[in-house]
Amino acid sequence: MQRYIISRTFQSLLLLLGVLIIIFFMVRLTGDPATLMVARDAPEEVREAFREKMGFNRPMIVQFADYLFGIVQGDFGESLHFDQPALEIILERLPATFQLATVALLFAIVVAIPIGIIGGSNPGSPLDSLGRTLGLLGQTIPNFWLALILILIFAVNLGWFPSFGRDKTISVVLPAIALGFASMGQLVRLTRSAVLEIRNEDYIRTARSKGISTLRIGAKHVFRNAALALISVISIQYSYLLGGSIYIETIFSWPGLGNLLQQAVDGRDFPLVQAIAFFISFFVIALTLLTDVVYALIDPRIRYSR
Amino acid sequence: MTTAAPPVDFDQFEEQTWKTRLAYVTRLLLRDRGGTLGFILFILIVLTALLAPVVSPQDPLEQNLRAAKQPPAWEEGGSWEQPLGTDTLGRDMLSRIIYGTRVSLTGGFFGVLIAGTLGMVAGLTAGYLGGRVDSVIMGVVNVFLAIPYLVFVVVVAAILGRNLINVILIFGITDSPIFARVTRGEVLRIRESGYVESATSAGAGTARILFDHILPNLIGPLITLATFEMSAMIFYEAGLSFLGLSVPPSIPSWGNMLQVGRQYLTIYPWIATWPGVAIAITALSFNLLGDWLRDVLDPRLRRSRN
Repeated sequence: MQRYIISRTFQSLLLLLGVLIIIFFMVRLTGDPATLMVARDAPEEVREAFREKMGFNRPMIVQFADYLFGIVQGDFGESLHFDQPALEIILERLPATFQLATVALLFAIVVAIPIGIIGGSNPGSPLDSLGRTLGLLGQTIPNFWLALILILIFAVNLGWFPSFGRDKTISVVLPAIALGFASMGQLVRLTRSAVLEIRNEDYIRTARSKGISTLRIGAKHVFRNAALALISVISIQYSYLLGGSIYIETIFSWPGLGNLLQQAVDGRDFPLVQAIAFFISFFVIALTLLTDVVYALIDPRIRYSR
Repeated sequence: MTTAAPPVDFDQFEEQTWKTRLAYVTRLLLRDRGGTLGFILFILIVLTALLAPVVSPQDPLEQNLRAAKQPPAWEEGGSWEQPLGTDTLGRDMLSRIIYGTRVSLTGGFFGVLIAGTLGMVAGLTAGYLGGRVDSVIMGVVNVFLAIPYLVFVVVVAAILGRNLINVILIFGITDSPIFARVTRGEVLRIRESGYVESATSAGAGTARILFDHILPNLIGPLITLATFEMSAMIFYEAGLSFLGLSVPPSIPSWGNMLQVGRQYLTIYPWIATWPGVAIAITALSFNLLGDWLRDVLDPRLRRSRN
């Protein structure tokens, strides 16, 4: 078990190093990062001074080593726009992004799991049709459009929720629904198919032939086994929500990392862009590692197969 | 929707020509209501894109300030000359939506074509050669997949600059890892099945095994994946346009129209409504078609990413 955790952690660190390499070379794709980051009409001397200041004129390998050492020491570079360490700005925005992603995930789970389980247990029932429709809608309605429609209906016409910002507790409702909608659809689909699959297992038939009530079978056998399959799905959805909030945060002026990334991209503030890309990737990798460890803890089949 | 379509089974016919196969697949398609609807929509969408100049009632670029901000025909102040209304510059919404189909389908199709080709070659190489080559290729694939996709494309699009060729190249490269992963998985599965081994022992060479045994078995899963990925890439193209990172504002694309629509959401809501409807219908078509293809061609395929 310990060996499994150590080797998975090591793999995750390698993955992180790979991500750093990509992020490092990304801003060098066009050849000259100075052209990318300095205003286009700036004179050549300004650009040269910028290269000097940022160290872009040094050999690539030295630049990368420097970048890596900086990150190990917690130095993610300076934002060009805010004149402030990128790390500080990111830490400030972090709670908003986690709040939004978490509420969106909870919304998805609370709606999807009951519909998926009850619908999957009664194929063809009205609730099952509702579940299948929601599953399809989740895949076909883009979240940036859903956000606009929600604002139009619930903020402008009905006035129930604010249309932007994070000042009130209920401010999170519309962005969380818009962000979590696709995950909700995905979860309904997967819960439903997990339940359908489990229903055909021998142990369900055995339980039924023993005369155990449907409700009890549902709670004890179907739900537990489906939950095992759903943990990884929920973890994937959470990382998707953490990394996928750019449109939603921009539309709702939600002060999180997605909104910050959009502003940084817009203002060509690439040191900040690099730092945000790194942090979001870091959380996703950490979340995946955590999920694998949790799985190994609760499912002996994984623990002993190593 | 009726029950899931049965998997393709060509062996049931004695005489096999492309005519009997086509007739058979058509019968399978008609048996699945969702698949039929998806297919009809797909044909209509492709025809709309190809015949845009013929079916558009007006020039999508022609401004007419006197007819600006006109609501859809059935609302007060609307006119049947512009059935879906006009935008802030008086351009016909319907014609712009029709022309927008071109951008979406071009971006989605060529992006997925490049991604599918690159990914298939990488996955085939990794899966067939195994060993160190496999570790290196899959290592790179896993690093790419660790970066949240939306963050990845937004940052690269911002670096490379806004035009459709860049967007296609970005999709082609960033979306290839998922194809590589699926291809590799299939190759491993096929290699483990008995017939490759018996072909090898019968003296078949590498080329023969690849082209006669492995490639034909890859077509099903890859076409299914490509259908879903096209739907995803159409979302991402619209999203990038929405953030001002895809085609220039002069070109009518659904995302560009949404961006304008967002600014006038409360006063002229129809400007944001139609592009979203167009995206949703297109995604619906691809998803229904993909679901059907999955049932028919490849019941095992499970997607891990959104």
